[in-house]
Amino acid sequence: MTTLAPILSDIWDAPRSWTYATYAEHQGYDAWRKAIHTDPTELVNAVKDSGLRGRGGAGFPTGLKWSFLPPPDGGPRYLVVNADESEPGTCKDIPLMLANPHSLIEGVAITSFAIGSNHAFIYLRGEVVHVYRRLLAAVREAREAGLLGTNILGTGYDLEVTVHAGAGAYICGEETALLDSLEGRRGQPRLKPPFPAVAGLYARPTVVNNVESIASVPTIVRNGVDWFTSMGTEKSKGHGLFSLSGHVARPGQYEAPLGITFRELLDMAGGIRDGHSLKFWTPGGSSTPILTAEHMDVVMDYESVGAAGSMLATRAIQVFDETTSVVRCVSRWTDFYQHESCGKCTPCREGTFWLKQILHRLEAGKGTESDVDLLLDVAGNIEGRSFCALGDAAATPIKSAIKYFREEFEQGIHTPAWELFPYEANAAFSGATA
Amino acid sequence: MVADNRGYAPDVRARLTADADQILARYPEARSALLPLLHLVQSEDGYVSPAGIAFCADVLDLSRASVSAVATFYSQYKRRPNGEYTVGVCTNTLCAVMGGDAIFDRLSERLGIGHDETTEDGRITLERVECNAACDYAPVMVINWEFFDNQTPTSAVDVVDALLEGRPVTPTRGADTVATFREVSRVLAGFEDGRADEGVGAGPATLVGLEMSRAKGWTAPAAESGEAEDAAGPTVEQAGTEAVGEPGSSAEREETTPADESAEPVTKSEEKGSSE
Repeated sequence: MTTLAPILSDIWDAPRSWTYATYAEHQGYDAWRKAIHTDPTELVNAVKDSGLRGRGGAGFPTGLKWSFLPPPDGGPRYLVVNADESEPGTCKDIPLMLANPHSLIEGVAITSFAIGSNHAFIYLRGEVVHVYRRLLAAVREAREAGLLGTNILGTGYDLEVTVHAGAGAYICGEETALLDSLEGRRGQPRLKPPFPAVAGLYARPTVVNNVESIASVPTIVRNGVDWFTSMGTEKSKGHGLFSLSGHVARPGQYEAPLGITFRELLDMAGGIRDGHSLKFWTPGGSSTPILTAEHMDVVMDYESVGAAGSMLATRAIQVFDETTSVVRCVSRWTDFYQHESCGKCTPCREGTFWLKQILHRLEAGKGTESDVDLLLDVAGNIEGRSFCALGDAAATPIKSAIKYFREEFEQGIHTPAWELFPYEANAAFSGATA
Repeated sequence: MVADNRGYAPDVRARLTADADQILARYPEARSALLPLLHLVQSEDGYVSPAGIAFCADVLDLSRASVSAVATFYSQYKRRPNGEYTVGVCTNTLCAVMGGDAIFDRLSERLGIGHDETTEDGRITLERVECNAACDYAPVMVINWEFFDNQTPTSAVDVVDALLEGRPVTPTRGADTVATFREVSRVLAGFEDGRADEGVGAGPATLVGLEMSRAKGWTAPAAESGEAEDAAGPTVEQAGTEAVGEPGSSAEREETTPADESAEPVTKSEEKGSSE
């Protein structure tokens, strides 16, 4: 049996966990003090050897990403932290930054030093004002402690950290859209290549990493590569936050080694709420194909979830019980993708609009005989043909839900979803407590 | 005062210009200041006003059309005067299923307004919001971007009633009281308001796994003194260099590094990058 392994979450229950004083009492910034006297190449290699993979969804090896930066040419290079957590179901970076922003700031310092950057940016979504307050305060405290700014710890190394608030746009979590947004433009994705490592922020070499990835760096530096690789599976090393939400008894954050199974996590969360049973779940947010009760023993690492037909992604495990209409869920996710489509490319802009129309009529029991096939046709014409991953993501819940629950979509030809699955039965509250 | 199309009064302009100077100082290139400047404008006028657009355009030497094009892209920038409090109910899938739709309907009925509408007294703007990264607290309401977790229709109406009566309301995770739309907009422009130490570090759902670990004696592996080993250097292959980004964005500028001519290999996992 796999047990939990609190690492990033380990000081979240400390009094005033967000302050520099608390972090410093718990070995905070020890890794930075060590790293700043280490050869940057050694730091990059350590993160490479650790096998740490991007925790923002794609799972690309973090150290490898850093090593793609071209050799220094005397000009600026940047670290940009993607703190635009907006993927439906994903809720790990926001509580991390609220409870312990310094773990991110320390990771920012070490990473910047490792890649030779003197200016780092944290792009935080704008809809979490208290997290922004905590990040601004953490940067100020770290600067006052001499851990950021100029001539840090007498080494001659300078680092400026700017915490930037976005303004409400899911697409800015796509790394090149984030860069355009950070440059003061509409957040629309860029064609790749060139990748940000070569031409990123201000067309300069840039590393873009997720919050949890960067926050995982200090303990790798402090405890060593072997410590990190002692957790996880062969190709999915280390630990991660698993966020369980929906119809489970105890939703919340469960930090565990990668490779824990869905069944183990669900047990820890107290199982499905009383008197109900599992219908379907997402392993890593709404952009990952849904799985069902037949996938209880899926090992939660990149390879195994992939082999089961989905993606580990952000480990955002949304759980839905048998009272839930899958048509309603897919319809609402599609509303989201349509709303957040940036409009740059035709397949996504037009396709999500039409998917939404079809799903609304199926949810209302007013679909036509050909609607289910039409959904698959439109989804298939978005997937792989859009500019960025948002288009693929829009197709994903539709295709996977029809794969497992086609008959439910077909019932949308004659019966509204709310008659098949009364919506009141889904809620966390019932008549008496509402 | 709310300025008109002719721009701000001299004293207001001087004050905003001083703020703008501080914002610009955070960035290597001026245009990056546009998003915080738009938040700043909202802190002055309660929305992105014509005067505010003109101000941003002047500060950054952009056309007003360019500024408007950016402002209209982002959902937090308001094109009409916003209420003092934005009450946002998450109606993305998980929160909707957990009761968000019912909460929104009850609030809409109570306030007599629909999505993106404002009460006549200018007190409350009601919105359906997308996932706000608090799914383990579903159903979630956010007021001026502070968390109100685990809501019911009744609890949500109670909070909104308090706002209508002018009583302060306290988020479950956030500052001690919810600040006004304008005050919060100023924070989002990057100006600290001295309230970072208010509120909790973590809510109950955030701590549920940690508390279980404490109770069962589960810990992470003990630290070792691992040494970094050498690894292979980067593999760089030649690849296309098509223009990228919005016309005029930095991605279209002249190459500034020798390595601009090359790019990292395209891998499947990177291509599949999520939009989280």
